[in-house]
Amino acid sequence: MPQFWREQGGAEGGRPLFNYRRMWRQTVFVTLAVALIPLFAMAAINYFEYSRTLHNELIAPMDGLAASTARSVSFFLEERKSALSFVVADKPYTDLVRTEELSEILVHLKRAFGGFIDLGLIGQDGVQWAYSGPYSLEGKDYRGQEWFQEVVMQGVYISPVFTGFRRYPHFVIAVKNESAGGSYILRATIDTQTLTDLAGAGGGDEGADALIVSQDGFLQTPSRYYGKILEKFWFPVPKDALGSPRTAEAVDPRGERVIVTCQAVPRSPFVFVLVKRSPKLLPGWISLRRKLVGFFTLSALGIAIVVLAVCTFLVSRIFEADRRRAALLHKAEYTNKLASLGRLAAGVAHEINNPLAIINEKAGLLKDMIHIVPDFPNRGKAEDITDSILQSVERCSTITHRLLGFARHIDVSTETIYLDAMLKEVLGFLEKESQYRSISVALSFEENLAPIESDRGQLQQVFLNILNNAFAAVEDGGEIRIAARSMADDMVEIRISDNGCGISPENLKLIFEPFFTTKGRKGTGLGLSITYGIVQKLGGNIEVESRQGIGTTFIITLPRKQKA
Amino acid sequence: MRVLLVDDEKELVSAMAERLAFRGIEADWVTDGRQAVEKAKSTPYDVIVLDVKMPGASGHAVMETIKRFLPRAGFVFLTGHTSVEDKARGEAAGAAFYLMKPLKIDILVEKLKAAAEAAKEKPHGT
Repeated sequence: MPQFWREQGGAEGGRPLFNYRRMWRQTVFVTLAVALIPLFAMAAINYFEYSRTLHNELIAPMDGLAASTARSVSFFLEERKSALSFVVADKPYTDLVRTEELSEILVHLKRAFGGFIDLGLIGQDGVQWAYSGPYSLEGKDYRGQEWFQEVVMQGVYISPVFTGFRRYPHFVIAVKNESAGGSYILRATIDTQTLTDLAGAGGGDEGADALIVSQDGFLQTPSRYYGKILEKFWFPVPKDALGSPRTAEAVDPRGERVIVTCQAVPRSPFVFVLVKRSPKLLPGWISLRRKLVGFFTLSALGIAIVVLAVCTFLVSRIFEADRRRAALLHKAEYTNKLASLGRLAAGVAHEINNPLAIINEKAGLLKDMIHIVPDFPNRGKAEDITDSILQSVERCSTITHRLLGFARHIDVSTETIYLDAMLKEVLGFLEKESQYRSISVALSFEENLAPIESDRGQLQQVFLNILNNAFAAVEDGGEIRIAARSMADDMVEIRISDNGCGISPENLKLIFEPFFTTKGRKGTGLGLSITYGIVQKLGGNIEVESRQGIGTTFIITLPRKQKA
Repeated sequence: MRVLLVDDEKELVSAMAERLAFRGIEADWVTDGRQAVEKAKSTPYDVIVLDVKMPGASGHAVMETIKRFLPRAGFVFLTGHTSVEDKARGEAAGAAFYLMKPLKIDILVEKLKAAAEAAKEKPHGT
């Protein structure tokens, strides 16, 4: 998880410049939208374009073929229906009831139209009065048959294919004639082969099948792949296929992907069905669609990963920059504060030094007089008093001089300094105390640590200040460790650690502030702030790490060479 | 050795003059630059002690004026607030010492003597 996600406060505890989470979310959203919307649009356009092409290339021709075949079948049926209607209208009942006459009409019909197998005249009681054809069906009673009911009710009827009395698949066209003497029905059996021929004309291609089914889904013509006549067809024929053709994609019982077009034949129980398996276009289309989806998914995934990575990287960079800016601002603020305090301190010191000098001279004069005048009354006490005044003046002047030192522009005079030698020298000042309090001081220097160029006097003050603090922090018998090593960028690091009482977090924030002290009246609160100022002037940096009860470490980094 | 003390603090210079007298140094005192120049015209002082910041002419300006007619006099500056730049400027202009108030009388005597010695050894006209 990137750092900015957790960070809701500023680098220095202040309010952050931005809400990084929101910034990240917005950037991700906008970038993803800009990248993915065109991609998605492209994929969608492609998809629809190919669907349209597929339709034009494959489905539209099938629809056309289905419609024309259905029209042919319809025309075939209409033609025969009209012929029968003409016969019943033209011939009187007395003619039709004679078998010879009926046979003659059958011959004429066969010759003129074809497809007729037999012809029968059925009375309104359902009994066949006259019959001409290859079977002996005269006297058969059709009352119980479905087609008979239909024709009585509707006047004209085309039956689906059925086996009937003759146990052979056929279908019938029947027309009813209403006359004064009662009604009768002329019924013709039509050879299913004619239907098969008509349907077959539509589907000659390899892998294709053309057939006619009844509206309730039974094969009316034999199928190349899907079973014998009168078997149930696998594809559910849509009920609304009467208008334009209905086309659908399906998997047939062979497991093949096929396109099925259904077109109902008007005014008949038949539906023409065209089944086509496209070995070239369809698999191509399917694989293309698969590729398209795959490409889209992979691209979207790739884009999402890149967008997330880039946004995270960028927001992290902004976050880092913001943090650095806050830290710099903090530092600048601190430096400014130091400078104004310095000016104030200098002013105060200067104003105090003049009256202090007067006190000094007057007290000094008094002392001179005590000295010179013989028999000065209470000479001893008077001398004590003047000495005490002069000592106080000196104490004051030490403070004002320190204040001025704090404010003074530090003049850096560079010389070559061996840090180990210098630290030992500084430790010399504290030798007595360390012996007396049995404080151990361990020095560990990097071997062949190169000397640095810096200001001797000021560095001495820095180390002395820090070591003084360390001595104050440790108990008797405590331990102080000093380590120095070289760093990158031509810098040297000096760590001064103690195992003393440590510094509380709230004091740690104030430790370099002028006039901040924990030593009560014994401290001026200037030591570490002067130290901070000096290290900065010398081009270095000072940091402090501390844990209460464990100890404190001051880390001073100094440049190996002073900038010109 | 004759010394002139110049400082706007009368109490300071008067007491200082008396203390120097106890130590065998004849010291006159004045409280501004104009008087200092007048005084220096009539008396050939060996060393002149000047405050840097005074009302009217500054210590540096007074030194420049006096130097014209007392070329062999030594100059010591006494200031309440010295900076490295001030010190460098004063020394470059020919002041022997730049001292910080308050200071011990023995140190002042020592510096006055040294300044007088240095002034005597100065080549004429510088």
